Amino acid sequence: MLSLALIIIGALGIGFSFFSAPKTIEESKEMIADQASHGDSHGSEHATGAANSHDSQHDAKHDEHVFHQMQNKPWSALYVSLIFFLGISLLVLAFYASQRVAQSGWSVVLFRVMEAITANLIPTSIIMLLVILSASVLHWNHLFSWMAEGTFDPSSENYDAIVDGKSWWMNVPGWTIRGIVYLLLWNTYRWFIRKNSIAEDTANDYNKTYKKNYHASVIFLVVFMLTESMMSWDWIMGLDPHWFSTLFGWYVLASLLVSALTVIAFVTIYLRSKGALPSVNDSHIHDLAKFMFGFSVFWTYLWFSQFMLIWYADIPEETTYFVARFNEYKMPFLAMVVMNFVFPILLLINSDFKSKPWFVIIGGIVILAGHYVDFFVMIMPGTVGSLWSFGIAELSSILFFIGIFIFAVFSSFAKANPIPTGNPFLKESENFHYFNIEHEGEESTDHH
Amino acid sequence: MGSSKVIHAFYNDDEVLLDAVKTVKAAHHHIEEVFCPFPVHGLDKAMGLAPTRIAITAFMYGITGLSVAIWMTNYMMIQDWPQDIGGKPSFSWLENMPAFVPIMFELTVFFAAHLMVITFYMRSKIWPFKKAENPDPRTTDDHFLMEIHVHNNEEELTALLAKTGAVEINVVEKH
Repeated sequence: MLSLALIIIGALGIGFSFFSAPKTIEESKEMIADQASHGDSHGSEHATGAANSHDSQHDAKHDEHVFHQMQNKPWSALYVSLIFFLGISLLVLAFYASQRVAQSGWSVVLFRVMEAITANLIPTSIIMLLVILSASVLHWNHLFSWMAEGTFDPSSENYDAIVDGKSWWMNVPGWTIRGIVYLLLWNTYRWFIRKNSIAEDTANDYNKTYKKNYHASVIFLVVFMLTESMMSWDWIMGLDPHWFSTLFGWYVLASLLVSALTVIAFVTIYLRSKGALPSVNDSHIHDLAKFMFGFSVFWTYLWFSQFMLIWYADIPEETTYFVARFNEYKMPFLAMVVMNFVFPILLLINSDFKSKPWFVIIGGIVILAGHYVDFFVMIMPGTVGSLWSFGIAELSSILFFIGIFIFAVFSSFAKANPIPTGNPFLKESENFHYFNIEHEGEESTDHH
Repeated sequence: MGSSKVIHAFYNDDEVLLDAVKTVKAAHHHIEEVFCPFPVHGLDKAMGLAPTRIAITAFMYGITGLSVAIWMTNYMMIQDWPQDIGGKPSFSWLENMPAFVPIMFELTVFFAAHLMVITFYMRSKIWPFKKAENPDPRTTDDHFLMEIHVHNNEEELTALLAKTGAVEINVVEKH
């Protein structure tokens, strides 16, 4: 019920934001002027900027640019949330595959939770597919500036020599096909592993199914490594087509991975509080929190590595990325470092805190919000520039995808046995006990 | 009182040892020391030892290392011999801070790690070339040894330890 309500509220909000976006250049001019007359410093800055332009051709171009950015706003709001939720579902799937490949014992009782979360991959992939098609084939939006007409045509005034140099990779058909292929590969593995994980429960075939799942997961991890990097170039780095960073794929991975672990912890804590996960104890929560802590540090490391090299070398075509973010997105840009690094470090460094669900939830909310801001700051500068804000469009997009998430995840969880009884490591997972903590409601003398 | 007399109980399994420690503690005997070939998780708690405070010292050493790194980079690169860092000759520590982050990180780790080891040595009263204190060389191989002071209760202790699964029980004079 809650999930459907969120979907409806979110969809209404998204519809409203699309409706209120300007339809023509004249409208966008009016809206900017309107803002300026209201004394909005942001709008007036732009108005004077446009007035100071020297020739009328430049003026018209600027107006068109601003118009496109304003049209992009509801799309971008949807896109940030979509990438965030799609990415989290994908990374939960990858983390799950890594647990199978490592044949790890501790996490087996969480397998059905992770599988349930990956169910969210299906609806988000479908929406992503629509966005891909609407950007490349239908030209409904201008999220990717390099898809504008004439970018690859030397005789056109839109010609962009830098992007043209990358045309072997950055071309519309290639981009579209790649996007569809990524989504297909991920969903195929998810469909296969979910089916066979349930088959494991009743297989009773000397772990033959288990081994088959192991091999499938090995293959998927290789595929995932490649497609995740390419996905981040195509879908996020391509928004700033002149700029590139060789560790961008890792950076996106780190951000999504820490969010994915946080989401696993949230769903686990919720389901456990409802009594749906009798074998999950405080040590499992403790381990998830350790991952949240560790990958927060990992994210910071990559974020800083990317920043410091570009800052040090000081090459203009590289620094534009951070100049745009530092000038126009200073507040979210700096806030996210505090939310994603300082706060989790201080809150989750204590061993005892990591096994207390309340601390994990407080830390997790800040981590998730911080990484949403991270994606906001990755995507928005390339699509709406200085016209960013956080309003109905952004909020309703988040609600919409939370609604889909809740619906997909919990209906999927209800469809399978919450305990993967066929897994050979189930007993190890049920008896998992980190020696340094005491489980809630258990005798302190009951070790091992 | 035979105060210099101790009883040595040998075990060949860490789980058996852990249960034995709990039994002895439950019978209100003071365990002088346990010698192990490897760290046994949960043994400190079972023996009733106070929690280690090395984490607190590690934090303080880390802060010290961070401060030294800030002072050092400022003195070397800004004050004593001003450097043009990355084509940005601002000669301000704060504006060049990103370049110093790796140094700050490394010195924090360096100070915390080395001073923690030295603290551990001092606290455990061991130092290079010190003669080994373990009463039986088998505790460095495959045996665990529990040492308990004898206070005219040799028989009672021996009986108790024999029940806990000790593979060998010796009463020795401690020098």
